[in-house]
Amino acid sequence: MPENRPSPPIAGSSRTIGSVTTDNPVFACRDVNVHYGDKHAIKHVDIDVGRSEVLAMIGPSGCGKSTFLRCLNRMNDTIESARVTGSIMLDGQDIHDRKQDVVQLRARVGMVFQKPNPFPKSIYENVAYGPRIHGLAADRGELDEIVNTSLRRAGLWEEVKDRLNHPGTSLSGGQQQRLCIARTIAVNPDVILMDEPCSALDPIATARIEDLIDELRESYAICIVTHSMQQAARVSQRTAYFHLGDLIEVGETKKIFTNPQAKLTEDYITGRFG
Amino acid sequence: MNSTSSRRPQTAAETQDRVRAGLARRYRAERRFRAYGIAAITFGVAFVIFLFGTVFSQGVSALRQAYLQIDVFYDPEIIDPAGNRDPDDLMVADYQSLVRASLRERFPTVEGRPALRELYSIASSAASVGLQRRVTADPDLIGQRERLWVLADDTVDMFLKGKVSRSAPEEERRLSDAQIGQIDVLESQKALKLRFNTAFFSNGDSRDPEQAGVRGAVVGSFLTLLITLLLSFPIGVGAAVYLEEFAPRNRMTDLIEVNINNLAAVPSIVFGLLGLAMFISFFGLPRSAPLVGGLVLTLITLPTIIIASRAALKAVPPSIREAALGIGASRWQTVVHHVLPLAMPGVLTGAIIGMARALGESAPLLMIGMVAFIVEVPTGVLDPSTVLPVQVFLWSDLPERGFVERTSGAIIVLLLFLIVMNAAAVVLRSKFEKRW
Repeated sequence: MPENRPSPPIAGSSRTIGSVTTDNPVFACRDVNVHYGDKHAIKHVDIDVGRSEVLAMIGPSGCGKSTFLRCLNRMNDTIESARVTGSIMLDGQDIHDRKQDVVQLRARVGMVFQKPNPFPKSIYENVAYGPRIHGLAADRGELDEIVNTSLRRAGLWEEVKDRLNHPGTSLSGGQQQRLCIARTIAVNPDVILMDEPCSALDPIATARIEDLIDELRESYAICIVTHSMQQAARVSQRTAYFHLGDLIEVGETKKIFTNPQAKLTEDYITGRFG
Repeated sequence: MNSTSSRRPQTAAETQDRVRAGLARRYRAERRFRAYGIAAITFGVAFVIFLFGTVFSQGVSALRQAYLQIDVFYDPEIIDPAGNRDPDDLMVADYQSLVRASLRERFPTVEGRPALRELYSIASSAASVGLQRRVTADPDLIGQRERLWVLADDTVDMFLKGKVSRSAPEEERRLSDAQIGQIDVLESQKALKLRFNTAFFSNGDSRDPEQAGVRGAVVGSFLTLLITLLLSFPIGVGAAVYLEEFAPRNRMTDLIEVNINNLAAVPSIVFGLLGLAMFISFFGLPRSAPLVGGLVLTLITLPTIIIASRAALKAVPPSIREAALGIGASRWQTVVHHVLPLAMPGVLTGAIIGMARALGESAPLLMIGMVAFIVEVPTGVLDPSTVLPVQVFLWSDLPERGFVERTSGAIIVLLLFLIVMNAAAVVLRSKFEKRW
């Protein structure tokens, strides 16, 4: 565990309501802006992500919550027109710093995507790929061990232990998504980003993923973007509400859903729009 | 449109009436379209059948060739008068006389120079080459007798294949009555018959149709395509991967993209001129060499391979790239481990299409001298050689009847090459294809 690091100060101009900062944050984002060409997609966002907590990001479509999530592992680098400014500190180190290698960052900040996207390879190879490229296992035995543990932690082991060499794409949607989670935790990240991980799944598969998120919270900080407010309420400790690129309100999930401070937040969670 | 139909239907029943009124017309249009489609396909298939039919009906006879059986006596007086078995002397000895002597033995009654000349012309002038090869390989044959099959002349070949009419007046055919009589005798003795034409597959080009074979052109095509494949596949795929996965989108890459598309449409003979100016005049590479041919064909196939590979790379879902990048694969690892294997079927199809085009290309190779008359089968990429389509072009220009069937025969070999390549493409595709 890194030493306790205080949250950096916030510019006085911040318009976000609620408790943006946490003690000893993993991520401390200050004045983050994202432009897609001429479009200002994320506007002056300040937010901390705490350790061992699930931060849910909610908001209407196109509000920038996914864009913001993708800033945290520099996935926006792959989009030609995207320009990210501001400081995003991961344990006190700016992820845009020249000293920060993007490959290393992404090994540390894993990501689970909206649509399950297993590689068209075997289940084993899907999980083993990350450890293999990062050289985490010295021999086949260690690799087997990592695959085994990762699949167990993702709650998939019992279902696939007899068919590890079957293609990952032969699994059901929910199993595929858990395979993707296993693939992510196989490289031992500090943070897991989840971009609407359940939007393509049925309610039973969704419930399993939510249980899994709850278990994983003990070891990882998790940021989850979701369209389902029930899901945000069920799995998260803190919730951030985005609206048209602005971070409107951040706070404890219970408080946000029972007693929102901002008018926009209240309108959204009571279903007046969105 | 009349006034009632232009009014918008108000009730459900009116709407139904309107729909029903138009149904017949809509179905008619569909039937018409299907008929057009079937007509177009029938038309195309008919042409293909016609093309293959003519080529095969003309070319199949090239697979058989008239051979003459002779009892040859390796007379030491003629081929080794000095008696010292000197290989150089054996090389240049008068084997023609041995063939002639054996024909005289068979027809002892033929006398007089003109009649003998006619008799001798039943055997190919190449017959002596076979004898020479046998003797130089085994000098102990000298002084012995042997019965063997040698090539008959191409006019005899044409006669046996029924392409010289027996009933035509003597002065209008290339065989005299006496020769036809001799041929009949030889045939009845089973000493003259059509056999599988091994010369067609083992010889290089020749001025004598009965001796001419496709071996030189096949080896030339193979060497040329080998150079083309070795150069254009890695360069083309590399360029496609760079442009698609790594290059920034800017004015420069747009310009390159436009130019690649334009290059794909440049007439191939222009590339031939470029090859002549660059590889032969400037770099001083040898003329007529498969190396230069391969370089020129590389230029021609590169745009095809690049365009097809880029399309294949583009078709790989971005989610796979995100998945790999998301767990910390570098861009290079993402491409090599995931994107390229998934794009491989499309890349291979592009490469095979490009190679098939290169195989059929003749115009640019004319410019770099691969049109020369070359008898020797090339043994390396710097030897002068020709290629199959150019061989077809050369033979189609020659007046002898024997070359007509050989032209079609060479086309059949070319088509077989293409079929093998396409089959390879199908096999490779199914090997690399991944189900989602």
